[in-house]
Amino acid sequence: MSLIEGEKEHILACVKEVLGENTKTRENLIPLLQQVQHKLGYLPSLAMEKIAEGVNVPTVDIYGLATFYNQFRMNPPGKHQVKVCLGTACYMVGGDITLESFERRMEIKEGETSPDRLFSLERVACVGCCTLAPVVVVDDKVEGKVTPTRVDGIMLALNEENGKAAAEQKPDQSEGDDNGHS
Amino acid sequence: MVTANKPQDNYKKMFEQAREQVQSRQEKSRVLIGTASCGLAAGAEQVKESFCREIESRGLDVEIIEVGCIGHCYAEPLAIIDKPGFPPVCYGYLDEGLVHRLVEDFIAGDDPSYEYALAALERNDEFPTFEDFPRGVYEKKVILENCGLTDFSKIESYIAREGYSALAKALSEEPKQVLEEVKAARLRGRGGAGFPAGTKWEACMNSSDDEKYVICNADEGDPGAFMDRSILESDPHLVLEGMILCAYAVGARQGYLYIRAEYPRAVEHIQKAIEEARKKQLLGSSILGTGFSFDLQVFQGSGAFICGEATALVNSMEGKMGMPESRPPRLVEHGFRGKPTVLNNVKTFAYVPLIVNRGAKWFKGIGTPDSPGTAVFSLVGKINNTGLVEVPMGTTLRQLIEEVGDGLPEGREFKAVQIGGPSGGCLPESALDVPIDFDSLHEAGAIMGSGGLVVMDQDDCMVAVARYFLEFTQHESCGKCTFCRLGTKHMLDILTGITRGQGDDQTLQLLKELSEDVRDGSLCNLGCTAPNPVLTTLKYFHDEYKAHIEEGRCPALVCRDLILYYIEPPKCSKLCNVCVGSCPTEAIYTRDDGLKAIDQDKCVKCDNCRKACPPEYNAVIKLSPPVLPAEKERKAK
Repeated sequence: MSLIEGEKEHILACVKEVLGENTKTRENLIPLLQQVQHKLGYLPSLAMEKIAEGVNVPTVDIYGLATFYNQFRMNPPGKHQVKVCLGTACYMVGGDITLESFERRMEIKEGETSPDRLFSLERVACVGCCTLAPVVVVDDKVEGKVTPTRVDGIMLALNEENGKAAAEQKPDQSEGDDNGHS
Repeated sequence: MVTANKPQDNYKKMFEQAREQVQSRQEKSRVLIGTASCGLAAGAEQVKESFCREIESRGLDVEIIEVGCIGHCYAEPLAIIDKPGFPPVCYGYLDEGLVHRLVEDFIAGDDPSYEYALAALERNDEFPTFEDFPRGVYEKKVILENCGLTDFSKIESYIAREGYSALAKALSEEPKQVLEEVKAARLRGRGGAGFPAGTKWEACMNSSDDEKYVICNADEGDPGAFMDRSILESDPHLVLEGMILCAYAVGARQGYLYIRAEYPRAVEHIQKAIEEARKKQLLGSSILGTGFSFDLQVFQGSGAFICGEATALVNSMEGKMGMPESRPPRLVEHGFRGKPTVLNNVKTFAYVPLIVNRGAKWFKGIGTPDSPGTAVFSLVGKINNTGLVEVPMGTTLRQLIEEVGDGLPEGREFKAVQIGGPSGGCLPESALDVPIDFDSLHEAGAIMGSGGLVVMDQDDCMVAVARYFLEFTQHESCGKCTFCRLGTKHMLDILTGITRGQGDDQTLQLLKELSEDVRDGSLCNLGCTAPNPVLTTLKYFHDEYKAHIEEGRCPALVCRDLILYYIEPPKCSKLCNVCVGSCPTEAIYTRDDGLKAIDQDKCVKCDNCRKACPPEYNAVIKLSPPVLPAEKERKAK
């Protein structure tokens, strides 16, 4: 995904700050990556290159780590992050149907971010709230027992929050004009 | 031996202080709200706000305390009201109205509103306790004993119930005493494999290296299991004390807790607990005034299922990709940074303080001779009492499901129980009398694993379940061994085909052979156990596989390529439009005769209309194989 204006400077400053605060050893690589991702929301390739330089390891090793572990993401997160749990308990009661409903409403696939960066959608293995299945995590808030109808409700609330007048949206019937065409 | 009593004396002072502090807090009414991750998800935060508001508006002097999870997750959000003069009472299914009522009638007035109570927590003459229910008869809480009942954020509440007294006792004796006790108790590792903890510790203790490590494996990645999270969130000091005792026994000075990043609340609670323990000199240098020093640090795992495997976990801590190594050398010889390392699961460490305090004999009195102690399960799926339960080893699966879990909801028929997560297996009704212990479960084809237990009914398709688990392990395979990397991929392709009705006689044979090859040809337990869900479903539910392939039919009406949605004309009310509004793809239309019908080309099988159709009509049904009834074809055009 291409960088937006001013993002490059922000990434460089952020990596510099994290590298300055920590010991630059190979053993510390995962915590370093975690901190950078915590600040930026994702790991842009530029940040991975700079970390490789700082710790003095080949960039490919950083890329290897970042792609091996599920926590690290290569796409910038949306303003609203939705994580659909597909643990056993959630799957058994239709977690995949919930995920599909979000995909349809957001017009993106799992793992992607909408072009206007308003929404991102992910699947997670288990958030440990199996008794409330199916579970969705919307912006760090856990929602239990989510049905496809509730998905519409969540999307409606998020869109309203985004300052998009509810009137513009025809609830329940709109085929998801959520992405806003710029 | 004057110095030998120093830790005991230091502890005694600390204990008196803590007890005084806790007792003074108990003189007034208290509300304990369960705010572990599960409680929060059910709305505990709002319940807490309601309590605060109601109490403040009446000017009552009541303390509101956040506690962990007591395991009765089906009734979240939960709160315990402890008012002097009354037994502490637990209330479930709380909402704003109920909170208002409880504050007005019980806290302000003197009516405990027993009609809303789940159970009392102490024996009394008025209301039954949890032990009086069938679940309480079979349940034996050992490591979950205090989860959800004490203030996890204050070290004093742990000390006041004799927390850290095992440490004081151990420190006034030789390190070998701790080891002997753990060995005599025959404590087996609770991570799933059941390796004797004492044997592991002894090997580490005997190493001459003076740099050793203790690591707690809290990388609970099994989808459907959450007991480690619950213990870390609700009773963090119990795990810390267990780790310190282990360090003392083996002679380590540094330890780590490897907690997965998806558990931010567990990380937060543990970090706070570590800080508090350091302040009290229970952690850090010269613990309780002795010459023993040990410190702990949290390492946040980055979400790789394979890192639950010990050697992969250590690789991950060293900043590498989490790939397992062949053993030997074992971790106790060549572990973290190449040094001797003891690595145990959260639950294993949690047992240690209790074993040191109450003795090996007590521990062996619970459970079976070969698997002493208790087993913790997270009961989920189609079962009434979902939540965390702890039962003695040797309890049968039937008792666990029917008595402890209160059986399946009405109208549901038991089909299978999936035990042990992606590495475990699906057992049918006939296997329910298997006692739960490490060895019996293994014989039945499942494993103890981390203790996830999912109950399935007639609406769950076993082929889809097997496919689901395989998709998970296939995704999480680290790629080191060919059989695991490519074999699971091929198996997944075959299973996906079966859920679409593709395959013939030889497909199932090939799937079975491939499963056995992956099992035999992989290095670590991820690969060796990945075929378990497939092998067990093939063995016990062969008919379902056959129905998919031979008839193109999914008996449980789950596999979406083999079903279609259909509105039964005699049941449709004509006057209601709910299904039309619920459809996300505008596939439902009104026919000329007023009945609703589904345009099969547009339908995405999202199940929305079936859920939306009012129960008095129940007109939307699923059909498999996906063939429309004759009536429909005649009238549709």
